Amino acid sequence: MLDHLWLIPVFPALAALICGVWGRRLQRRAGWVAIAAMLLSSALAASATAAFVGAPDRPPIRYVLFDWIQVGALQIPFSLLIDQLTVVMLVVVSFIGTLVFIYSTGYMKGDPGYARFFSFMSLFAAAMYLLVLADNFVVLFIGWEGVGLCSYLLIGYYMEKDWCADAGKKAFIVNRIGDLGFVLGIALIFAACGNLDISHVSQHAAERFEAAGWLITAATLLLFLGAIGKSAQIPLFVWLPDAMAGPTPVSALIHAATMVTAGVYMVARCNALFALAPVTMAVVGLIGAATALVAASIGLTQRDIKKVLAYSTVSQLGYMFMALGVGAFATGIFHLYTHAFFKGALFLCAGSVICALHHEQDMLHMGGLRKAMPVTWMTYLLATLAITGCPLTAGFFSKDEILWRAASAGSLLGWILWVIGLLSALMTAVYMFRSLYLTFHGPSRVEPEKRAHVRESPASMTLPLILLAAGSIMAGWIGLPQWLGGSRFEHFLEPVLRAGRESIAETAGHAFELAVTALSVAVFLAGWLVAHRFFLTGYPERAERAAQRFGFLYRLSANRWWWDDAYNAVIVRGFMHLTFCLGWLDQHVVDGLVNGTGRAAASLGDAFRWLQNGRVQFYAFAILRGVNVLILVLLYGHAGDLLAEVARFIEMGVILNR
Amino acid sequence: MTNWLLTLIIFLPLAGALLLLAIPRTAGGGALRAGALGLALADLLLSVGAALQFDLSPAAPEFQFVAKVSWIPEWGASYHVGLDGLSLSLVLLTNFLAVLSILSSFSAIRQREKEYYILLLLLQSGVLGTFLALDLLLFYLFWELMLIPLYFLIGIWGSENRVYATMKFLVYTLVGSLLMLVGILVVYFHGKAANAGVGTFDYLALARADLRLDSSTALWTFLAFLLAFAIKVPVVPFHTWLPDAHTEAPTAGSVLLAGILLKTGVYGIVRFCIPFFPEVSATTAPLLAALGIVGIIYGAFTALAQTDMKRLVAYSSVSHMGFVILGLFAFQEQAVRGGLLQMLNHGISTGGLFLCVGLIYERRHTRRLADFGGLAVNMRRYAALTVIVALSSLGLPGLNGFVGEFLVIVGAFQRHWYWAALAGTGVILGAVYLLVMVQRVFFGPLDKPENRVLSDLSFREVLTLLPVVAMAFAIGLYPKPWLKLLERNSAGIIAKVQTVQDRPREVLVEVTPPLEEKHLARMFEFTTHSHSDRESLPQMQPKANGDKIISQISLTRPTYPTRPTCPIP
Repeated sequence: MLDHLWLIPVFPALAALICGVWGRRLQRRAGWVAIAAMLLSSALAASATAAFVGAPDRPPIRYVLFDWIQVGALQIPFSLLIDQLTVVMLVVVSFIGTLVFIYSTGYMKGDPGYARFFSFMSLFAAAMYLLVLADNFVVLFIGWEGVGLCSYLLIGYYMEKDWCADAGKKAFIVNRIGDLGFVLGIALIFAACGNLDISHVSQHAAERFEAAGWLITAATLLLFLGAIGKSAQIPLFVWLPDAMAGPTPVSALIHAATMVTAGVYMVARCNALFALAPVTMAVVGLIGAATALVAASIGLTQRDIKKVLAYSTVSQLGYMFMALGVGAFATGIFHLYTHAFFKGALFLCAGSVICALHHEQDMLHMGGLRKAMPVTWMTYLLATLAITGCPLTAGFFSKDEILWRAASAGSLLGWILWVIGLLSALMTAVYMFRSLYLTFHGPSRVEPEKRAHVRESPASMTLPLILLAAGSIMAGWIGLPQWLGGSRFEHFLEPVLRAGRESIAETAGHAFELAVTALSVAVFLAGWLVAHRFFLTGYPERAERAAQRFGFLYRLSANRWWWDDAYNAVIVRGFMHLTFCLGWLDQHVVDGLVNGTGRAAASLGDAFRWLQNGRVQFYAFAILRGVNVLILVLLYGHAGDLLAEVARFIEMGVILNR
Repeated sequence: MTNWLLTLIIFLPLAGALLLLAIPRTAGGGALRAGALGLALADLLLSVGAALQFDLSPAAPEFQFVAKVSWIPEWGASYHVGLDGLSLSLVLLTNFLAVLSILSSFSAIRQREKEYYILLLLLQSGVLGTFLALDLLLFYLFWELMLIPLYFLIGIWGSENRVYATMKFLVYTLVGSLLMLVGILVVYFHGKAANAGVGTFDYLALARADLRLDSSTALWTFLAFLLAFAIKVPVVPFHTWLPDAHTEAPTAGSVLLAGILLKTGVYGIVRFCIPFFPEVSATTAPLLAALGIVGIIYGAFTALAQTDMKRLVAYSSVSHMGFVILGLFAFQEQAVRGGLLQMLNHGISTGGLFLCVGLIYERRHTRRLADFGGLAVNMRRYAALTVIVALSSLGLPGLNGFVGEFLVIVGAFQRHWYWAALAGTGVILGAVYLLVMVQRVFFGPLDKPENRVLSDLSFREVLTLLPVVAMAFAIGLYPKPWLKLLERNSAGIIAKVQTVQDRPREVLVEVTPPLEEKHLARMFEFTTHSHSDRESLPQMQPKANGDKIISQISLTRPTYPTRPTCPIP
């Protein structure tokens, strides 16, 4: 079976083709085709997982399918590689992917574009599999752009709505900005190494690049620019909240669990390169921390339940980069893995609520849904506990690990990241419990005509919820902190992420670790308490009073720090002006010169037109005068007579042409 | 040895046009259409046959299937045709697009059908002759021959502003080609002087001969050739005939114009400008690469400024051809090969986009973006195919456009990182204007009553687009055969320019590829180095055996094999 693991992306790709071409004929069966393909891929992924878990020091498995691009020294084989890191990603994509597919058969029921939806989703799965399997930067880039394309298509899934199409376009274009960095990074790596296989480059990184040199710094910064775009970090995070225009299963799979984590995965995959560039690492950590903080602060005041979750995703991705930035690559991947479960669960719960309320997303029009939707409520609660870092849940272990790694990095940067991380954790607890209380607790604010029809979603939707909620609690138990026996997860990834481990200062003892953990727990409790007082018992008066008292902060958060406004005012408008100016320039100046030349030639012709007037007398007269001129010139060469002759000639022409 | 296959390929459409002439007007359009399509298909099959027999091995002669017959012996002009990798790929592209454009005309052209198909076939012959001629006079003949059918195609079957457009196109291109004629004569007479008074128009002889042009003559002759080709490509700022001609032409005209006619410009540069004038090419390369970059960015911005769908696609051509020019004049292996491949890709993608625009124009008789919206609802097949073609044009990996653009960017990066960075912005802008177009046409509400009644593509219409999509995937996923086909041409160009650079130098520097860090370091600080100094960095290698190597810099690090064996099983 291990010989055929390259088939993993093939099945969903075939499903995409089948659903896309024969979608009309398949109708509801399109969903089953897609799920069957996912199950086949998942089975292969499971066999890979079993192989690697069974033999921890197994060398990576590499496949070269064919030679893709070969030009001189540039050799790009279509190469795939499976190692421990790939296995983790395969598990995430297969598990979450399959559950979301099953959920979608319920959520998308009756939608006219049912087959199209599953076609795009399958294509996404294929591209995502390719992304995590790729062993070559350029092959990775196929998957990288492929998932971006599917994201574009699925955000704009409700294509009759202009704002959906706008959101899709925005996502694609913002991602392309990052992709430019990625491509230039690839070009730089090729220039330096003459090879683009990730495994080869990683192995020879230390020989090829001077540690902490400007070359490796430039290369990794360019790669990181790609990650910033894909993983929605400052300053390119603006596309992700808009991406919520897509159907909710899309948000769960693409914009929470898998695609947006591709940047984190890519940085971890290139850990041998990043570890050589301390400046880049600091930038990664700082951008991650800043994003975690800004996005969490925005999440505090959003009214749309999906927007809250979107900013939460941005914030959690920031956490992952924070971990990468302090060199804790395995920890970053661990958070990626646990986050996939609880954020997937949260989005699917939100979808369940939205479905029950007939596409109502405003939390101010929800409330009190606990009774009518007990399964959704329970699973949302469990996932909320996980993301906020309630002890013993998955999120607790991964987030606590990040904070501890930051605190124990032994540098000023580490402490800064730790403080920002704690602050963001506090806000995370507040906004997540806020969303829980506003949606499921308190009095019902649902519009009366909808209120009677609210009921729990069907089993196809609740079953994935339950499984994901269980994952939100238990998935973290394979990554226990050191004082509980150490992380098996980290140990598993050691062969791949060894480079990262060396750069962590492992100086701290258990007591220090416990103290950091205690602080995290305290922050979690504080956040819960605040949310409880402001959004459950004292709602809405206390919340309103607070909003008034901290007027500026409230507006800052509610207006998303004016990021979008600033971009629209400066970049987008500047861009449109430039476009307009260049269009004008082209039409009037560049083309004007061409037409002007033509016109000049035409008027030159006009100026001598009178010579060709077709009157025989004039021609005879002209010949006579011409002969006169010749004689005069030959005999005397007298200038005055010559001019007089010419003047008579012109006079005659003018008279004749009247 | 004379091989008549190429002659057959060139003149089959012409002979077919004469046959069509014999079909009486009363016979109806069906016979005409079937005849034209059959001829184009037969020609495509012939060229595929040539491709299958083409010998790619390095030992094979550069030009194959050569036919040479004396034509005007007093002047040394002969009928001389031959096929190399570059012309083979372009002949295949020509015949491929010719079939599609005839197929696309079946319902679009209802007036003067006979003349229309005759002119189309005539155009095909002219283009094929241009790509295959190995005699300068013959080349010039075919070069002018392709103008005439196109002049009438645009002028008769075009849309409202067709007379203006076709006049502008004809005059603009003629200006260039007359200058080229002067250039050809200069080359001819210098060749005659160098060859003891025996003149020849034979390309192979002239390319091999040392023309002994002094530097200013070389520069001016180079510019005369270049202007003719630059207008055809088109290189900014000589591009303004293109949007008018493309927009006013009938669909098939736009497809052939964008897909093939523009390539004759690039072909001319590769075939004549660089081999005849390697010194001038090398010295003007930075300027021309800069023009290529300007074209990429400027073309993209102006494309975005358009409100007419066809004009938008036309300006996107300017942007894409900028990549080709940049790639060529980077004189670097990946870049040149990428540029040449991008030329084919552009033919397929942009040709495909024009087909798409034509399909909707035929239904709605408007091309204004504002008149559309929401078409994805009722024209699903059309939407799917158009989006795929647009994606191939904007360089999505896995489709054809990516391979060319990526190679150009990677190659240009080896020369100057900022070339690559600037060219890369074209990739972002490409996504902007194409997605804007896709959104305006297909997404949003289907609110205009005229659009609600539109029918989806018929089987024949799907058949015109499907080959484009298939080729986009084929080249995107397996570009190897095409890259292989262009290998010798790109190597030839680079070798030609390098030998020139090597010739008079005192100090020859050998740099073992791949690039080392310190060279990159110097590439990155792009301020103080003199031009020649910088040029010598990445690629200098002693070529001729007789060169005396005065100093040889050997690098401290061991050289790596180009294809290291991966230790991972």
